[in-house]
Amino acid sequence: MSLPHLNDSLAPTSVTLENVRKTFARYPALNGVSLDIAPGELIALLGPSGSGKTTLLRIIAGLEFPDDGRVSFGDQEVTFAHAAQRGVGFVFQQYALFKHMTVAKNITFGLDVKSGKDKPTAAARKARCEELLDLVELSGLGGRFPSQLSGGQRQRVALARALAVSPRILLLDEPFGALDATVRKTLRRELRRLHDATGLTTVFVTHDQEEALDLADRVALLNAGRIEQVGTPQQILDHPASAFVAGFVGEANALKGATLGGVFALGAAKLAAQGVADGVATAFIRPEQFTLADAGEDGLAIRLDRATQRGPLLWLEGATPDGQPVEAAVLAEGAGPLRVGATIQLSVRSARVFGAADPDLGIPMRGAR
Amino acid sequence: MSDAAPLRPLGPRAGEDPAWVRIGLIALVIAFSVLLLILPLVTVFTQALAKGPGPSLAALADPDAIAAIKLTLLTAAIAVPVNVLFGLCAAWAIAKHDFPLKSLLITAIDLPFSVSPVVAGLSYVLVFGLQGWLGPWLQTHHIQIIFATPGIVLATIFVTLPFVARELIPLMQAQGRDEEEAAVSLGASGLTTFFLVTVPNIRWGLLYGVLLCNARAMGEFGAVSVVSGHIRGLTDTMPLHVEILYNEYDSVGAFSVAALLCLLAVATLVLKLALERARPLGEDTDLARPIGRNPP
Repeated sequence: MSLPHLNDSLAPTSVTLENVRKTFARYPALNGVSLDIAPGELIALLGPSGSGKTTLLRIIAGLEFPDDGRVSFGDQEVTFAHAAQRGVGFVFQQYALFKHMTVAKNITFGLDVKSGKDKPTAAARKARCEELLDLVELSGLGGRFPSQLSGGQRQRVALARALAVSPRILLLDEPFGALDATVRKTLRRELRRLHDATGLTTVFVTHDQEEALDLADRVALLNAGRIEQVGTPQQILDHPASAFVAGFVGEANALKGATLGGVFALGAAKLAAQGVADGVATAFIRPEQFTLADAGEDGLAIRLDRATQRGPLLWLEGATPDGQPVEAAVLAEGAGPLRVGATIQLSVRSARVFGAADPDLGIPMRGAR
Repeated sequence: MSDAAPLRPLGPRAGEDPAWVRIGLIALVIAFSVLLLILPLVTVFTQALAKGPGPSLAALADPDAIAAIKLTLLTAAIAVPVNVLFGLCAAWAIAKHDFPLKSLLITAIDLPFSVSPVVAGLSYVLVFGLQGWLGPWLQTHHIQIIFATPGIVLATIFVTLPFVARELIPLMQAQGRDEEEAAVSLGASGLTTFFLVTVPNIRWGLLYGVLLCNARAMGEFGAVSVVSGHIRGLTDTMPLHVEILYNEYDSVGAFSVAALLCLLAVATLVLKLALERARPLGEDTDLARPIGRNPP
């Protein structure tokens, strides 16, 4: 897709955050966050609510100012630059469309409020509006009011409006939060397509790990105002840097056991745990990291409560002898007959073990938002 | 009791009251409205026209009556814009910003609703009157406030102060800052944002506040009565003029001026109705909220 006008003004910009701090009424929202965002990158700020991800996004946009630290776009410092001067496109969680304006007026707002020689002619603004309506696949709806659109359509208008001013950076706050699951999936693809078409540096905030891992080039995982880990989705899934990350992504089972001499033991099952101090520890095992143990192999004994087949996978729900719930996904093919109530042996292909000394243990893990 | 008794809902829909409750309630409300609202209003007009339209029009053409009408319109013409300005500033400050003593300010704005207008008038006399705090200073500078038009305007402003602010604060609080922030991030200046985004969003609430404020400004009696001094042809507003004529047993004159006041009020309400009808598609309809009832 060729979009000659969308990125005509500026090459993609990098964003650098250095030790950004922000406190709201004694409650620290950001405790010294540093992050480098590469030009043209699509990055997700992922974290539970209250982790400071939205505050960080608003600081990049200039809608909040940090108490301390620096924000730069390229080699230009913008820490305290006014939002209107930053050249960012911001898409709000509730879209924040101008209710009293038509879709077309919403989209051209950023061009209409320009003054002097910067202001495009009426014809140019109209052309730009048509171009953007095409881009977000809303051609012909320019005359409608926001209240006459569906949630997904409103989201597209919000995107088009943000893109109209040829921003250097596109920022999205929970862009799909208010939409139902189907629309969410479609729009996720859409955003990826838009990003690839415009080449804009794009940052989006989400509490939905699936969304972040599915869509972003890199994910920054925030917790309690700090960045826990930055990496590609694969790095985050395969090499979680902390117990928090391991618990937050991948719907991992968190199983408590004990380590001794670099080996984690839970019942008869043993897992490698190099570098983890002796004592109580937690192993994070994602459902697909389990397999059914071969006959005679010592695995993790599970009392099977429920087995459901979903496509090629058999989802097993059960509990360890000491009552810790376990969810496993094994290949249905060759699984043989499994009886609910029976004890089965699972072997663990890989896992991440974190010791009790890790300060992040004890934070709500599975299903945490 | 039959064990085969079918279970039937009380009303046509679940949660709906039985017919006698519905009819009873509606009848009661209509009876009250007719007795307490419509009937008195009709009486005003029948009394005004008791001796035909001639004496009624003559009463309105009386120089004192014309002076009262002029003063009332002047007072409203000053009080309403002041109210709009204050209301916009207060609502903007309260809804879009956080500052210390904010809740105190919200309470203070309600003061004119909770204080008796007579008390308000008296306090103005104590501040601006001859024996008041500022009295000697005002006298040496030949500024007369009490028993003159400025006092009447000030008292009216005091009494009507909450109308626009009260209408706008909950509206602007509910709307939040998102749209303004969106406008700013799209490059709009503060003033542009205010006129292109904020004002269109609050225009209906603003208009409603203005209409109510205007109705009250023209009809205010208590506070104005205290500060006016009742000088015929000089400091009498329409409500005060009505009282004077009534006390002089000039029933036709009193009710004629009262009828004109009523017409002004009815015109205000008709205008409000017309505005509600004229609302374009795609906008919220929250015009009918009771004033002063919205929690801050």
